[in-house]
Amino acid sequence: MISTIASFINAAIIQGIPLLFGSTGEIITEKTGNLNLGIPGIMYVGGISGIIAGYIYEHSTDTPVPLLCILITLAASLFGSALLSFIYAFLTQTLKANQNVTGLALTTFGVGVGNFFGGSLLKLFNESGSISLISTGLAYKTSLPFADKLGLFGKTFLSFGFLAYTAILIALVSSYVLNRTRTGLNLRAIGENPATADAAGINVNRYKYLATIIGGMIAGLGGLYFVMDYTAGAWTNNGFGDRGWLAIAIVIFALWKPKSAIWSSFIFGGLYIICVYIPGLSSSSKELIKMLPYVVTILVLVFISAKKKKEHQPPQSLGLSYFREDR
Amino acid sequence: MNKPEKAAREPLFHIAKRNGIAWWKAWIIRGVAILASLLVCALIIVLLTKQNPLEVYGAMIKGSFGSQRKFWALLQNLAMLLCISLAVTPAFKMKFWNLGAEGQVLFGGLCSMVLMFEIGDRLPNAVLILAMLIASILGGVLWALIPAVFKAKWNTNESLFTLMMNYVAIQLVSFAIMVWVPSGSSVMGVVNASTKAGWLPDLFGKKYLINILIVAILTVVMFVYLRFSKHGYELAVVGESENTARYIGINVKKVIIRTMILSGAVCGLAGFLLVSGTNHTISKDLAGGNGFTAIMVSWLAKFNPLLMVITSFLIVFLQRGAGEIATNFNLNTSIADILTGIIIFFIIGCEFFINYQIKSTKSGKEGK
Repeated sequence: MISTIASFINAAIIQGIPLLFGSTGEIITEKTGNLNLGIPGIMYVGGISGIIAGYIYEHSTDTPVPLLCILITLAASLFGSALLSFIYAFLTQTLKANQNVTGLALTTFGVGVGNFFGGSLLKLFNESGSISLISTGLAYKTSLPFADKLGLFGKTFLSFGFLAYTAILIALVSSYVLNRTRTGLNLRAIGENPATADAAGINVNRYKYLATIIGGMIAGLGGLYFVMDYTAGAWTNNGFGDRGWLAIAIVIFALWKPKSAIWSSFIFGGLYIICVYIPGLSSSSKELIKMLPYVVTILVLVFISAKKKKEHQPPQSLGLSYFREDR
Repeated sequence: MNKPEKAAREPLFHIAKRNGIAWWKAWIIRGVAILASLLVCALIIVLLTKQNPLEVYGAMIKGSFGSQRKFWALLQNLAMLLCISLAVTPAFKMKFWNLGAEGQVLFGGLCSMVLMFEIGDRLPNAVLILAMLIASILGGVLWALIPAVFKAKWNTNESLFTLMMNYVAIQLVSFAIMVWVPSGSSVMGVVNASTKAGWLPDLFGKKYLINILIVAILTVVMFVYLRFSKHGYELAVVGESENTARYIGINVKKVIIRTMILSGAVCGLAGFLLVSGTNHTISKDLAGGNGFTAIMVSWLAKFNPLLMVITSFLIVFLQRGAGEIATNFNLNTSIADILTGIIIFFIIGCEFFINYQIKSTKSGKEGK
């Protein structure tokens, strides 16, 4: 029984990590008032960029160096998701396009890029079979050396690759930056009321661009974690599923706080797979249980809007483009 | 790079909102944007397939119009995308971000399927189809009404709410399929294949003609409703400015709920047409992402139902054409999504040049 619970907790954390990356990235983006619905697409691109770079590297050498595997794929993933976020920032900020439409187009585009290259990469290189980056996957999955010696505790909480700890670290740092620094204050001010922030001398454009791109890069790491650590360097089309949308749901559930996003992600990760761990479920009721994360999010959304507590509201200018002369 | 001294220096240009632009200028800008996007797409296709882009575009045209069967399939896809686009339009014009069309179509379709599957053999066909139609519309309305009521009452964020409703609908459909197909293949076959109970009849021997006609009529009705009716005027005012609407005595909550009922009803109708008139089965991909694509179609057409015929044609043509390229060159069909994304980026980007103008500071008379 204990070991079942332990393996459930372990699995919930593993499922939660991509969600945590995604929701932390989206929180930073949304705090400046940009509702980036392109996050699901960005996460796909973050994953596939790493896969492409890793594939090229592993095929260019007979003995891939683990550290290089990690660095190359990490850099490619960050670059890919930064590029996509830049498209979003450029369209919504400089060209003042509608955020919802841009975000959805970005998701279509990003998921398309992921599935296209995932499905055609080998054909483009005239090879057959399926993508599987063994060395890179192993490098990402390397856990702390002493984790195995700590018994059940080590197995449950310390058996992850380095990206898992990075996710938690990034969430904590974002929380600190958002709440305790001048930069964070400026960022939040822009999200609440860009005109006021502008009048106070804050460079609205630069903050929005940077927050969107950095947020996108963090979210992209979620895709990278999924393909490198969770599936150990293998790509299946649509394998990442709707986790990107779930990450956006967590932003609401965590009330736009990166620290709460940590435990929220693990709860959602748990809800995502809990149907496997409840014994005696019919396959149809499993489908109903998979509905839980979304229903819970809806309830939270309704609850916070009914309570109208100030600190629980979305950033006030969320979803609106800012144009200085448009008052 | 943005040092304080720079503020004192005069920028080379500044951006100002246009008061208006001649319609033909706006269309030239859009045309240029579409051409530019096609060039970028051609470049990508050439890089991937190493073929002459003209040949590739030729293959795309063949994929859409190559045979009568392909042409009818194109029309059918066009009709469905257009129908969902028409559904989301009144809500969008009101600035109600209904991202839940996917779920509304799906739930509407599910309602039809329940009747078709459970009592398909007990009712005369005409009664059954009518019952399915009503059930679908009510289902779509219910799925749209829930977020609308909370929006009207507590101003709950509708884009996130409707987004989540999609996944609730998806899981409901998965649940229903699991109940109906207990074998575990989780794929539902064609329902009532022998009796054709609950199937929309073929008109003049053409399979999807009835769908296409219904959507064509709906397009005109929606155009008239938005352009000439009092309801259409009211929702446009609410979209432009809620305060203005309240000031001139429009009941904003009532308009929100009424418009979402309409939006959900048309989504439900789309679900009915897909289940009864097209697929005769259901899966969680019933709407196939069209609920999201419809948002872009509607936006690109500036909420004008007649223009939506063109914009949805553009998207469907691309998807079918890219599908043809993918099979010809043994590539993944997702290339359609990449091309769609690029073209939409260009078109939404070009709106900037229609709504704003870039003025050079030096030539302008008004200097600060």
